[in-house]
Amino acid sequence: MALQLFIIFAMLAFGELVVWLTGVPVPSSIIGMLTLTFLLKIGVIKLQWVKSASNVLTGNLTFFFIAPGVSLILYYELIKSQWIPITVSIIVSTILVMVTTVWTYKLVRKHNGNSRK
Amino acid sequence: MEILENKYVLIALTFGVYAVSKHLQKRTNILLLNPILVSIAVIIIFLKFTGIDYSKYKEASTAIDIWLSPCVVAMGVPLYLQLDNIKKLIVPILVSQVVGCLVGLFSVVYIAKWLGATDEVVLSLAPKSVTTPIAMQVSEMMGGIPALTVSAVVIAGIFGGVFGLSIFGLSRAKTPIGESLSMGTASHAVGTSRVMEISTRYGAYAGVGLSLNGILTAIIAPTILSWIM
Repeated sequence: MALQLFIIFAMLAFGELVVWLTGVPVPSSIIGMLTLTFLLKIGVIKLQWVKSASNVLTGNLTFFFIAPGVSLILYYELIKSQWIPITVSIIVSTILVMVTTVWTYKLVRKHNGNSRK
Repeated sequence: MEILENKYVLIALTFGVYAVSKHLQKRTNILLLNPILVSIAVIIIFLKFTGIDYSKYKEASTAIDIWLSPCVVAMGVPLYLQLDNIKKLIVPILVSQVVGCLVGLFSVVYIAKWLGATDEVVLSLAPKSVTTPIAMQVSEMMGGIPALTVSAVVIAGIFGGVFGLSIFGLSRAKTPIGESLSMGTASHAVGTSRVMEISTRYGAYAGVGLSLNGILTAIIAPTILSWIM
């Protein structure tokens, strides 16, 4: 497990380094994720070196949203006075994103049909 | 009651409440008993009831927060496992992600403005589709309230996680890959974990939507927001 966590945190540290050096407005975790994918792809990192730690972390992703969510407690007044625009815009926008994304994907795939899947 | 403010007590409480609410959903199969929703509600009620200051909980929960970024990194593994499939579908995936990112930004901003939300709130809601660390960064950069952004992200995530599959059913697109992808685009990690529960293969596509929309939003949102606000 030490090797597994080392690899994951090393990727994250690398992401931090890239952000620190270049100032790109991309979170270090995304850079770390893409770097991990790349290193797995070219075979520098073997799948079995990270698989079990990755399974544990990705399998319980939702847990890590609880603590940030509890911060709702701080914005009781603000949320009380604007809860309609807040909830309606989030919900309608989420529906729109889902429907437009899925249909764009479907239509582009159809017209881009070099291979049918 | 001072013992209740101890950080290990508060961390144990968070894990415990999550474990119980996860079990509760499994047993009852009621989607609205979403483990995150139930856990957040129970912890807020607990803090109110015991009179523990939020800052105490915040302090304790930093030990949990540091694992959010490693979780995002770990998603590189399912992404790697799906690389070949993604490569074959690269054009539809990229085009749909750009569309989803823009629709998400414009729709939430204009609807919230139209319904009378203040600028500070509108900016906090704008990055609601993407994963928490990215959304918070965008919100902070643009002058929103990061904590409200977290809540907006959680609402978008839970709504998608609870109702997403039914919405896709009604949309009649009938493409499991496209649906999983869109789930990640619209509802980030919560949507992804919901798909992951059904299948890791499709979960990887949700992970693609999550990461691509995250990257696109981090790059595009600041420019678009300063333009339309």
